[in-house]
Amino acid sequence: MLISYSWLKDYVDLSVDAKKLADDLTMSGSKVETVKSYGQEIKNVVIGKIVSLEKHPDALKLQIGIVDVGKEKLQIVTGAQNIKVGDYIPVALHGSTLPGGVKIKRGKLRGVESNGMMCSAKELGLDESLLPEYQRNGIFILPELPLGDDVRDVLELDDVIEFEITPNRPDCLSVVGIAREAAATYRKSYRMPEIKISEVDDKNPATVTIEADDLCFRYVARVIRNAKIGPSPMWMQMRLLKAGIRPINNIVDVTNYVMMELGQPLHAFDLDKVKNRHIVVRRAKEGERLITLDDKERILDKDMLVIADEEKAIGLAGVMGGQNTEITDDTVNILIESANFKGSNIRYTSRKLGLRSEASSRFEKGLDPEITVLACNRAAQLMAELSGGEILEGLVDVYPKPVTEKVLSVRYERINKLLGTNLSCQEMKEILSFLDFGTICDDKNLIVKVPAFRGDVDGEADIAEEIGRMYGYNNIEDTLLKGTQITAGVKTREQKLEDTVKDVFLSCGLNEVITTSFMGMKDLDKINLPDDSYLRNAVKIMNPLGEDQGYMRTTLLPFMLNVVCTNYSRKVSEFKAFEISKVFVPKSLPLEELPDEIKSGIIAMYGHDVDFLTIKGVIEELLDVLNIKNVKYVRSQNPAYHPGRSADVIVGDEKICVFGELNPDVAENYDINKRVYISEVNLELLFKHANDEKVYKPLPRYPAVERDIAVLVDKSTFVADIENVIRKAGGQLVDDVKLFDVYEGENIPEDKKSVAFSIWYRSYDKTLTDEEVSKVHDKIVNRLSEELGAQLR
Amino acid sequence: MEETLRNLLEEAKKELSSAENLKTLEEIRVKYLGKKGELTKILRGMGNLSHDERPIIGKISNDVREEIEKELTQKREEVLWQEKEKKIKSEYIDITLPGKVHEIGHKHPMTKVLDEIKDIFLGLGFSIAEGPEIELDYYNFEALNTPPDHPARDLQDTFYITKNILLRTQTSPVQVRTMEKSKPPIKVISPGRVYRSDEIDATHSPVFNQIEGLAVDEGITMGDLKGVLNLFAKRLFGSDTKTKFRPHYFPFTEPSAEMDVSCFACGGKGCRVCGYSGWIEILGSGMVHPNVLRMSGIDPEKYSGFAFGMGLDRITMLKYGIDDLRLLYENDLRFIKQF
Repeated sequence: MLISYSWLKDYVDLSVDAKKLADDLTMSGSKVETVKSYGQEIKNVVIGKIVSLEKHPDALKLQIGIVDVGKEKLQIVTGAQNIKVGDYIPVALHGSTLPGGVKIKRGKLRGVESNGMMCSAKELGLDESLLPEYQRNGIFILPELPLGDDVRDVLELDDVIEFEITPNRPDCLSVVGIAREAAATYRKSYRMPEIKISEVDDKNPATVTIEADDLCFRYVARVIRNAKIGPSPMWMQMRLLKAGIRPINNIVDVTNYVMMELGQPLHAFDLDKVKNRHIVVRRAKEGERLITLDDKERILDKDMLVIADEEKAIGLAGVMGGQNTEITDDTVNILIESANFKGSNIRYTSRKLGLRSEASSRFEKGLDPEITVLACNRAAQLMAELSGGEILEGLVDVYPKPVTEKVLSVRYERINKLLGTNLSCQEMKEILSFLDFGTICDDKNLIVKVPAFRGDVDGEADIAEEIGRMYGYNNIEDTLLKGTQITAGVKTREQKLEDTVKDVFLSCGLNEVITTSFMGMKDLDKINLPDDSYLRNAVKIMNPLGEDQGYMRTTLLPFMLNVVCTNYSRKVSEFKAFEISKVFVPKSLPLEELPDEIKSGIIAMYGHDVDFLTIKGVIEELLDVLNIKNVKYVRSQNPAYHPGRSADVIVGDEKICVFGELNPDVAENYDINKRVYISEVNLELLFKHANDEKVYKPLPRYPAVERDIAVLVDKSTFVADIENVIRKAGGQLVDDVKLFDVYEGENIPEDKKSVAFSIWYRSYDKTLTDEEVSKVHDKIVNRLSEELGAQLR
Repeated sequence: MEETLRNLLEEAKKELSSAENLKTLEEIRVKYLGKKGELTKILRGMGNLSHDERPIIGKISNDVREEIEKELTQKREEVLWQEKEKKIKSEYIDITLPGKVHEIGHKHPMTKVLDEIKDIFLGLGFSIAEGPEIELDYYNFEALNTPPDHPARDLQDTFYITKNILLRTQTSPVQVRTMEKSKPPIKVISPGRVYRSDEIDATHSPVFNQIEGLAVDEGITMGDLKGVLNLFAKRLFGSDTKTKFRPHYFPFTEPSAEMDVSCFACGGKGCRVCGYSGWIEILGSGMVHPNVLRMSGIDPEKYSGFAFGMGLDRITMLKYGIDDLRLLYENDLRFIKQF
C-alpha cells in the first residue's frame, strides 16, 4: 500500500522525515518496503498556461508556444502534439532540474529560441500508465491552477511510503490506520477527518434488503441527487495517483479516496439504473451472468454474493461493480454503498473468478462493520462538495446483528512473563490507550476494551504483542533460556547412520547433489520400468505445475540420470555423485492415509577409471563401515541395469541395494554415450541391518602362514562361491582369503578360467605347524574339487 | 722401530686424508690394521726387541693403532655424511608437480550450511526432529491456528493431494507432531523439504528447504527467543553480526517477529547483497500461540515457548553469494565442487 506523507500528516502531527518515520513504523509493526521521493529532484518547475501556439517554420514536428508563467510570458518550443491554447501545463524554467538529474537550459531549437520545457507526467517522475489518454500522450495537461506556482506544492509532489501490511491488520490498509500507528509509535494522538453532512429536505428514495445476512453483515447507503460528473480536483487526483490508483471522475475518485483514507471500500451506483431504487443483497443464481466494470462477462455460481436490484445483478459484492449501473458522464443521481461482507466469501469469489481488486483484497481480510456509516457520510460529504450534488435526507443502515464490544481480561504478570519484561500496569495501559484500547487496571488484571477495528485481537498473547511491539522488541533484554531445564541436543540412530553413509560416499569421492521431488510418468518409462511395477503407483498432485511434475517420486533414478545427463552434455569428464532423499510409496491409491516416505540413496559415476568394480567397492566399503556381514550378491533382474553387469545385494532375505552398469537402452534414453554405473540403496533396510555393536577382538599373538592356491573352474563359476567353499572348508583356521588373480586365455581351456587366492592360516592359541596347515589346505583343495569341480593348477 | 711405527701412522693419515668413499676406507683399514696388515707385520718384529724396549714399543704401537682407528672413524663419518649429501642432492624433484590425489567428494552447499546450523543448535541443547513431507491438512494448517477460512491460507500456494492431504508448505507441522508426542522441556530443530506452488526462477522454487526450531518449557520468554537467535546469528554469520527484531504476523505465533541480521557482505554499510539497506531478512519467529500449544496437548497456562523458521536455500545463497537459486538444483559438479 502506498501512502503519501503529506496525506498522512492531515491526521497526525509528525516532525520526523519520511525515512525516519519509515524506520520507526517498521520497528513498531507496520513494515515499510520503500520510500519514494517524488519532488526531491524537481527544481524551478512551475504552472504555466499556453497563450498561443504556432508551427515552427523549419520543423514539421515542432510547435512554438507562448506560455504565461505568471510573472512573465515565455517562448517555448515543443515536440508535443496533445496541447492547445488555454491548456495548463507544468513548465520547467531555464535552470531547472527534473528527476534523474536532468537540467533544463535556455536554448535554440532549429533556430528558434526556447526558454524552458513543457513537461510530461513521466518527466516529473509520475507513473503515466494511471493517467487518462489526454494526459499521457505528450504534455501533462492540468486543470486550472495558479500560474507560476511551484509544481511540487500544487501537485503535492512529496514522499510516498510503501507499506507491506500483514493480513491480520486490514485496519492499517488506510491513511487513518497508519496515522493511528504512527501516533502510537510516538505516543501522540491522531485525528479523524472532519465530517459535515448537510442534507436537503427530500427523503432518500432508496431501499435495501439483505437476503443473505450470513454473507453481508451490514449495508449502509446514501443518495446524492443532481450531481455533475467531471474530473476531481488535482489534489485528489494526485493523492490517488501516488497511491497507485487511477483517477476517473469526481464520484468514483471519492469512493477510492475514502477507501484509502478510512479503509472501507465503497461503491457508487447510478441510482436511475437501479430498478425501483431497491438494492437486494443476495446469493447469485447458478450460472447468472454479470458484466463487471472491466467489461468482462462473469459467470457466477450460487455461493457468490451479488448486489442486485429487483430484476438483475448490478454488482459483484465486495469485488467489483456491474457495468449496467456504472457512473457515466450522464449520471445525475448516485447511490453510495458502504457495506460489510464476510471475508472468506469475498475471497472465494475473487479466487474463483480470478478477479482481485483493491476492495476484495481488503474485504477478504475481514473488516470492521462499525466504520461503514462514517465512510458513507465522508463519501457523501466529498461527493456533494466536488459534484455540486445534494445529499438526500436519511442514511439507509441495514445491520441485522450488530457486533458486541469485545472485552478481555489479561494478567499483566503473565504478559511480562511472556515478553521477558518488567512493565508496570500503568505503562501497559498507556501503550494500549494510544492504540485506542480502553483499559482498566486492578491489582492483577488489566481489563481491555478492544476497538472494533481490531478483529485480530482475541486474547492475552495478542495484547502482549501490542505492548511488546510498542515497547520495542529490541528493548527486551536477551536471555539464554534462563530458568529452563537443560536438555541434551542429540541425533537419533538413523540420523547418525545417515551421517555415516554420507561420510562414506564423500570419502569414496562422490559429490552430493540435491534434486526436486516431482516426477512425470514419462520419467519412469525412460528408466525401463515395467508397466506393472509398484513404483508406478505414485502419489498424484491435484494441482501440479505441469504434467511432467504431476507425481511425487517413487524412485531417485530418473533424477540422478538427469543430473548425469546435464554434466555429460556440459563435458564434465569425470562424474561421481550421490543423493540421499525420500521417495514416496503409497499404501493404497487414492491416498487415504499418509504414504510411506522411504529414505533412499543413489550413486552414479562415469569416468576413465570407473567400472563395475569401482561402484562395487563403494558398496563394500559402505557395508564394512556399517558392519553388515553375510552379504549375498545375486544377479539383478532390474531392467534399468545391464543384465550381465549388475547385482542385488541381499542381507538376510532382504534386498537392500542394487548396483551395476546402466542398461545401454536407458543410457540412450538420456543421450549418454558412456558407461554409467549406478547404485540404489534402501537406507531404511540398510540401517535396519547395520550393526552398531563392535566388540574388540584381541590382536593375533601367533604368526599367520600364507599359502596360495590357483584352481581351474568353469567360466561361469562365481569367485564368491569359491571363496565361500574355502572359508567353509578351512573353518576357524582360515584367517583371511584374498583373490589375487583371475585369468582366462592362453594355456587355459576355453570354457575355464584360472582363479588364484592367497589364504592366511592362523590360530589364536599357538603357532601352526606345517602339517597342521597342510591338512586344512588339502581339505580345501578337495572340497573345491568336490563342490565346484575345481582342478588345482 | 719406533720410527717405522711413526712413519706408518703418517702414511696412514695421508692415505686417509685422500680417501673419498667407504670402500677405500675399508681397504685402508685392512692395509694397516687388518690381520695381515702393516701394523701386524711390524709387531711381528717385536720378538727381536729387548725386554725393556717391548713395553715402550708396545705402548707406541697401541697409540698408533688407536690413532689410526680414530682417524678412520672420523673419516668414515665424514664420508658417510658426504655420501648422504650427495644422495639427497641427486634426489631433488620438481615440487610444483601436481599431487596424486584421492579425490574426496564435496557436500552440497545447502548441506554444508545445514550442518553448521545443526551443530549450533545441537550445542544449545536442541535435538533434530523430522516429519513427513506429504502431510495432513490438520498438521500443516489447522493445528497451527490456521483454520480453513483463514486469510493466511492461500490455495494458490499449496499443492494438494486430496482434500485433507497436501505437500507441507512449511516445516512447522513437525513442531505440532513433536509437541503431541513429547512432554516439555522440548527443544528441537526440524530441517526439511517444503513445497509451494511457485514456478522456478532465480529466487523461487516449488521445492525448497526450511529449518524450523521450537523450544517449550516453563517460563520461556521472548527474551529467550531473542537471546538464542542472536547467538545463532553470531555463530552462523560471524561474531560482529548485529540483529534486529521487527514485529510481524504468523498465525501460529503471538507475538511474532522477523529477524534481520546486519549485512555480512558489507557489515551494514549497504551493498547489492542487502539491497543497500545494511540489513538482511533472515527468519521469522515468535512465541508459540496458546491455541497451538493447547491443540498439541500442552497447557498454555503452565508452559510457553518460542518457534522460528528460516529458508535454507536463501541462507545458502546469501552466505556464498549465489545469485541464482536454480544452480542449487541443477547439480553441475563444477558448481558443487566449489564448496
